[in-house]
Amino acid sequence: MTAVYALYPDADSAQHAVDRLRAAGIDEGRITVISGEPYEEYAFAQGDRATWMFRIAAIGGVVGLGVATWLTTMTERAWPLKTGNMPIVAWWPNLIVMFELTMLFAIVSTVATLLVTARLPARGPRLYDPAVTAGRVLVGVENPAAGSTDAVERALLAAGVSEVRRV
Amino acid sequence: MNQPAAARLSDDLLRPMLRTSWRFFALVAFLAAIVLAGVGTWMYQLFMGFGVTGINMPIYWAFYITNFVFWIGISHAGTLISAILRLVNAGWRRPVTRCAEVITVFALMIGAMFPIVHLGRPWLFFWLIPYPSNRQIWPNFRSPLVWDFFAISTYLTGSVLFLLLPMIPDFALVRDRTTGWRRRVYGAAALGWQGTTKQWHRLEVAMQIMAIAIIPVAVSVHTIVSFDFSMAPVPMWHSTMFGPYFVAGAIFSGIAALIVAMAALRKFLHMEEYLHPIHFQNLGKLLLMMCLLWTYFVFAERLTTWFGNEQGEMEVFWVTQRGAFAPLYWTMVVCNFVIPFTILSLKKLRTIAGCVVASFSVLIGMWLERFLIVVPSLGHKYLPYSWGHYRPRPVEIIITIATFAAMTLLYTLFSKLVPIISIWELKAGVHSLHAVAPKEAAERPLGQAHP
Repeated sequence: MTAVYALYPDADSAQHAVDRLRAAGIDEGRITVISGEPYEEYAFAQGDRATWMFRIAAIGGVVGLGVATWLTTMTERAWPLKTGNMPIVAWWPNLIVMFELTMLFAIVSTVATLLVTARLPARGPRLYDPAVTAGRVLVGVENPAAGSTDAVERALLAAGVSEVRRV
Repeated sequence: MNQPAAARLSDDLLRPMLRTSWRFFALVAFLAAIVLAGVGTWMYQLFMGFGVTGINMPIYWAFYITNFVFWIGISHAGTLISAILRLVNAGWRRPVTRCAEVITVFALMIGAMFPIVHLGRPWLFFWLIPYPSNRQIWPNFRSPLVWDFFAISTYLTGSVLFLLLPMIPDFALVRDRTTGWRRRVYGAAALGWQGTTKQWHRLEVAMQIMAIAIIPVAVSVHTIVSFDFSMAPVPMWHSTMFGPYFVAGAIFSGIAALIVAMAALRKFLHMEEYLHPIHFQNLGKLLLMMCLLWTYFVFAERLTTWFGNEQGEMEVFWVTQRGAFAPLYWTMVVCNFVIPFTILSLKKLRTIAGCVVASFSVLIGMWLERFLIVVPSLGHKYLPYSWGHYRPRPVEIIITIATFAAMTLLYTLFSKLVPIISIWELKAGVHSLHAVAPKEAAERPLGQAHP
């Protein structure tokens, strides 16, 4: 991985740097903003908002419901014990198990989706600077197109920093 | 958030993790000694058998099941409150959420331990797990104890994940500010977190989804714990209102536990700048509301029983109102209603100290309430020839005390290993106050949380 980046003291100047990079014609997909806290209200944070997490959680829930329905009814039929004058397949109590497994599968699928889409745990080298957790905002371009490095540097410097780093 | 402010905030909140005084070790040693005494006592019980406890026919559920219900109730402090505050976007939640979520996880672990302590042969505890055994006996999904297993497992899994996910960015912060073994350990725990806009967005969305999912699960858990009682034809147990009654009581005791924990953190970890009086006042108002709700449920339950005048139920009713259990019953009423209502309804008394006094009172009262649900009913089941008495023996008392020490010990160790206040959420709260956002979506600042 190669990258060119600069560290900005606040989100406003980071936004300024992103605007400069866009104006310089840098591919949106290569611009990375890294911060120690979320800045959901800034334009630079609006790019990656499309997500299927809600739908995947719902699908996980439906799968959980299916598994619970199968588990309860299958086991009740496999060992048909008559208990408390209830029917062999007793839907009222089964609903409790079905509800719990629905929610469990929804929760677990949400976490799995988070880990996959946020690429956690990280593998291989990634663009990062520990100054981020000290309050700085990193704006960089990963794998810049051949010949565009100078333009990237100029854009980052024009946003008000004195130093641009390369990795 | 500007750099100096962010650095100061991080320094303040990481200080308890990075600096350790002798008091910490003394406290841990003291608590560990009590926990060890509890473990030793349990071993003694295992060796000698249940005869060393006060549990005997017809009262098979006593201190241990009281503790089970009490701790599961305490667990409602965290994830449920945190999830609700997150969904309603209450700005004042930020310093509170993690303190609360930790209570849930540890209280659930302690609560779930009690059915095992209650077993005569706990090495066979895995029989509690519903799986087809080698005797071809399949799980009976019509048993409330199986429902307990599913409900508690789901809530514990959800609560652990709900606690862990927002800890990842804070682990990254600790990783970047430490060296040596700490850097390696927290680096592994941070999972390579960078803090890209995509990661932040996905984390926020995941927390939203989990908050939505965890609220009904939390409600279901204590409802199902109440089913352990209400599904049985035992006087004053077989009631349709036990579900909401238990949930209300659980949230009531949970908030009280949270207030006590926050006050301890504020005092001993010097978190005065982050845990403000307004947090206690807001939680105090919630506690007051739950106090009134609990009183309403108790009144409704008692009135219905008294008006029905059914012989078996009335025996239990009177033994708690003016019989052998009356001192405990009226202590419960004073602790759960008189004291918290008096303190929390008067603005002048709703201080940090006032909220803590009210919360301690509620914790005592709610433990008594659980005891009074379990024991008098079992001791007065319909025909007098099956009646019995119960007196706790030292074994049960020591194990009960040890669980309170275990909770304090786990909480102390956690606050030593993890920032007990979510640092990134606090920082985000500061800058979101200045953000341009629609008025209805904007968070309310701390001082204006409840005008």
